[in-house]
Amino acid sequence: MKTDELITRRNILIAGVTAVGGLVLTSCSKQLPPTYGNILRMGDTFTYAAHQALIPGESLVKEYSHKDISSFPATGTTNPGDPDKPNSSELYRNLQRGNFADWRLTIEGLVARPGSYSLAELKRFSARTQITRHTCEEGWTAIGEWTGVPLSRVLDAAGMLPNARFVSFYSFDDWVDNIDMLDALHPQTLLAYGMNGRDLPVAHGAPVRLRVERQLGYKSMKYIQRIVVTEEFNDGGKSGNIQNGWAWYVGI
Amino acid sequence: MRAYLNGALAMTESSESTPNSTPSRHTRIVRASHWIVTLSFILLAFTGVVILMAHPRLYWGDTGNDLTPALLELPISRNYKHGGWDNQVAFFQGESSPVSANRTFDIFNKNGWGRSLHFLAAWFLVIVGVIYVLVGIFTGHFRRHIVPRLAELKPGLFWHDLKEHLRLRIRAATGGPQYGLMQKCSYFAVVFLALPLVVLSGLAMSPAITAGYPVLLRVFNGYQSARTIHFFAFLILLLFLLAHVFMVIKSGFRRQMRGMTIGDSHEN
Repeated sequence: MKTDELITRRNILIAGVTAVGGLVLTSCSKQLPPTYGNILRMGDTFTYAAHQALIPGESLVKEYSHKDISSFPATGTTNPGDPDKPNSSELYRNLQRGNFADWRLTIEGLVARPGSYSLAELKRFSARTQITRHTCEEGWTAIGEWTGVPLSRVLDAAGMLPNARFVSFYSFDDWVDNIDMLDALHPQTLLAYGMNGRDLPVAHGAPVRLRVERQLGYKSMKYIQRIVVTEEFNDGGKSGNIQNGWAWYVGI
Repeated sequence: MRAYLNGALAMTESSESTPNSTPSRHTRIVRASHWIVTLSFILLAFTGVVILMAHPRLYWGDTGNDLTPALLELPISRNYKHGGWDNQVAFFQGESSPVSANRTFDIFNKNGWGRSLHFLAAWFLVIVGVIYVLVGIFTGHFRRHIVPRLAELKPGLFWHDLKEHLRLRIRAATGGPQYGLMQKCSYFAVVFLALPLVVLSGLAMSPAITAGYPVLLRVFNGYQSARTIHFFAFLILLLFLLAHVFMVIKSGFRRQMRGMTIGDSHEN
């Protein structure tokens, strides 16, 4: 019965790979986002676990020089104040009219001092400027110079509690996303208010966007309105990536 | 795994003891990894094209997007030469300043499932590929069957084998790893050059991996160069696949398939 034997052998190999994957996943499941039993999401989670195991946590992405700055497409929402577009926001339109003087970034959840910051208050933190490559999931790349406050400084000021594990972001154009502490506390993760030496343009996320440099572009959320620190993973429901079919972790 | 190694060892040993009389068979590990890698490659090729359709432009260097010139634009999907950019604004003073512009159209984009499936298949390719290479080294499979012998590597012999192939004078299949010179060279190139190249250029497109291992970006001369090389390495592998299937058919399809599936090429 050679045929039967072959099928068994091949199944053993597949089962072995799955079992190794299962072991890796269960051994560190406490740090992993849910997969909803979706086989594609399990592959993403396996990649996430492998990256955590094999990439030094504090490694920085390449920073470029000023002459490398390139043209930069603005895609997705390019103006949440435009009433003719989907995901438009009247609140944003009003803030835009006042040149974002009344804009405030709320920080809540697992922090000792929940509160909000105006743009001027954010600019009072010591800033970081970095020239990095934006890697869009579509396949294109662009290099830009970003100025902003490292997210870790704002989280420090708010007094993050020890059981905090995820930082969620809510945007004016109705997106919800979150990153783990490895990315949230990474020195190149910025709340950016400047681009290429000027104020961040509306097309690129004014007044403040996120920069998560070790993941694909869509993790660098534009038009940030609210930050919530949580212990539980928050998939963002219908406004999040996972339920829209997009991977949560895209360090790739 | 142990059973695999034992099986592989037993098979190669038996082929060693009788080098010329009875042709040896494909070992279980070779057969299993052959089909897992085949399935992974087909999934990777399919999802890779889906991903490329979202942005069918190739570039050289670190950056490339719809506002910069392309090295090559592929006529696939409705995103091909799709215009429609407005609010063009220069970042700096001067005519050569880089610009920002807003995209005004919805593009074809199935990357949500496309990329996740691409990486799921890539895990199978990489894990099975690594097991295959390790077993191949330790059982002597590569030394015995794949790596061309020094005596074979003569231009005359190579030229002769090439002419025989071009005239479609294809030797009948043995259904086992008794390969001709061209066969050895092409399998060697696929296992040790093309597949590693496609995997490494893929890794060079990861922002997280290149943060940890920036040497990848230097080796491939930037993200977009790695993406272009990834595509051409895929084309080479695709050409190999077509030539391979053609040769399998020409050299005795039934015998070859028996050899690579049940491991016994002798018809009863």
